Amino acid sequence: MSTIELERPRASSYKLRVIDCDIHPAMTSWTEVHPYLEARWIEHLSVYGSHLRHAFSEALSHPRMSPDAARIDAYPEEGGPPGSSLELMRKQHLDPNGIEVGMLIPLRWNPGSQRNLDLGAALTRAMNTWQVERWVKQEPRLRASVLVAQEDTVASVAEIDARGGDPNFTQILILPKTDEPLGRRRYWPIYEAAVRNNLPITIHVGGTNGHPSTGGGWTSYYMEEHHSVAQTMQAVVASLVFEGVLERFPQLRVVIMEGGLGWVPSLNARMDKHWARLRSEVPHVRKPPSEYVREQVWFSTQPMEEPATSAELIDLFDRIGWDRLLFSTDYPHWDFDDPRYAFRANLTQAQREQLLYENARKFYRLD
Amino acid sequence: MARHVVATVDQIPPGQRLLVQVNGREIGIFNVEGEYFAVANRCPHEGASLCKGRIVGLVEATGPGDYQYSRRGELLRCPWHGWEFDLRTGRSWCEPDRTRVRSYELKVESGGALIEGELRAETFQVTIDKQYVVLEI
Repeated sequence: MSTIELERPRASSYKLRVIDCDIHPAMTSWTEVHPYLEARWIEHLSVYGSHLRHAFSEALSHPRMSPDAARIDAYPEEGGPPGSSLELMRKQHLDPNGIEVGMLIPLRWNPGSQRNLDLGAALTRAMNTWQVERWVKQEPRLRASVLVAQEDTVASVAEIDARGGDPNFTQILILPKTDEPLGRRRYWPIYEAAVRNNLPITIHVGGTNGHPSTGGGWTSYYMEEHHSVAQTMQAVVASLVFEGVLERFPQLRVVIMEGGLGWVPSLNARMDKHWARLRSEVPHVRKPPSEYVREQVWFSTQPMEEPATSAELIDLFDRIGWDRLLFSTDYPHWDFDDPRYAFRANLTQAQREQLLYENARKFYRLD
Repeated sequence: MARHVVATVDQIPPGQRLLVQVNGREIGIFNVEGEYFAVANRCPHEGASLCKGRIVGLVEATGPGDYQYSRRGELLRCPWHGWEFDLRTGRSWCEPDRTRVRSYELKVESGGALIEGELRAETFQVTIDKQYVVLEI
């Protein structure tokens, strides 16, 4: 009998040391952000609510496999949504999975997609403080992300400058479904502020911009929609390359989070091929596009590709660059990757440590 | 092979499950409309506590727009990634040969027969007039 269970080592066979680049904290109640939100916006939310560019603005743009896209074993006993209990997060995730540092990626309120720009900016300020007070100060393994309302560049830059230098924050977080592709010049002040404050830009799947999930239109099924994140991320990378963001800001470091990996070599090859023929249309792209990607773009690993053979996965990592891969679990979401089993490949201990720990330690300068 | 008394039948009503420990292994016992099945509490995909998953039926289709729902309550769906496992065989629906959870033999026996066969439960008293779920491992 050959089963997957028997092929891979058990937890006890080696000590796990992990930096998890994608943990989703949730609020027990939506009012949890109120202590950090100006009274004007608390009242606004109670009178008008939040306004995103899709129906049922408190809902996700497409039904997930489970409520809040959660693992169904991640509901706290005391109530509240998965990700809202620090105690359960410790017991179920941080402790048993050897998480030494975990990056918080809050998705609630979706401030970057709020149509009311002032509300969006106020929510980013409140949620950034909420992350520090509710999570990082309670649990030293956790780090916050600077949420910005990217459609309001002035407010975004102010928030980045306000949080820059605060060691509680490790990165700037933007969801990729923005009003325009993220390479457009309207967003450049954000990249300039990122470089000025030594903070990478992390682009985690999500956002609601009113555009269909795919280039072919709205999907019918969750499974169909779930693939669209790869398309969206390819559009983001191409935009950052061809608009000249990576050329203009050579110090800028970008993380593509939860967008998959298998497409990366293919996108690079296609961009390079077309660049050899069409370069004169974009003379500011001064070298083959894949070189910008190789130097300035990192990729989080979850949801890990699961090819049929170990060799295919090794080949994929070779082509992307082993030092560009940042391990992530997506706790507490349903497509969570366990650090023991995520990589279905015959990795050396050094390779495993590089993927689970060393790359993120260097990338986030955690020394 | 050893036999273990793991539960009384009335501990697990139809549609319900019970998690038990046998020789240090966590095993889920499921009652599917009076039939009992046992699988390891560990998903062969990424190690989740499988027996915390939803109990579901089988949805199939012969073509678009057509579907059948059968075998209500006979599949177990992993609480993480949603892999479906057949409680009768332990095999996953999508990769039946490659990805399967360990399943165990179960029998329902009367307390009288167990006492006569000198088989005792490890955690509770066996009495003559009750029915017991016995697991072979």
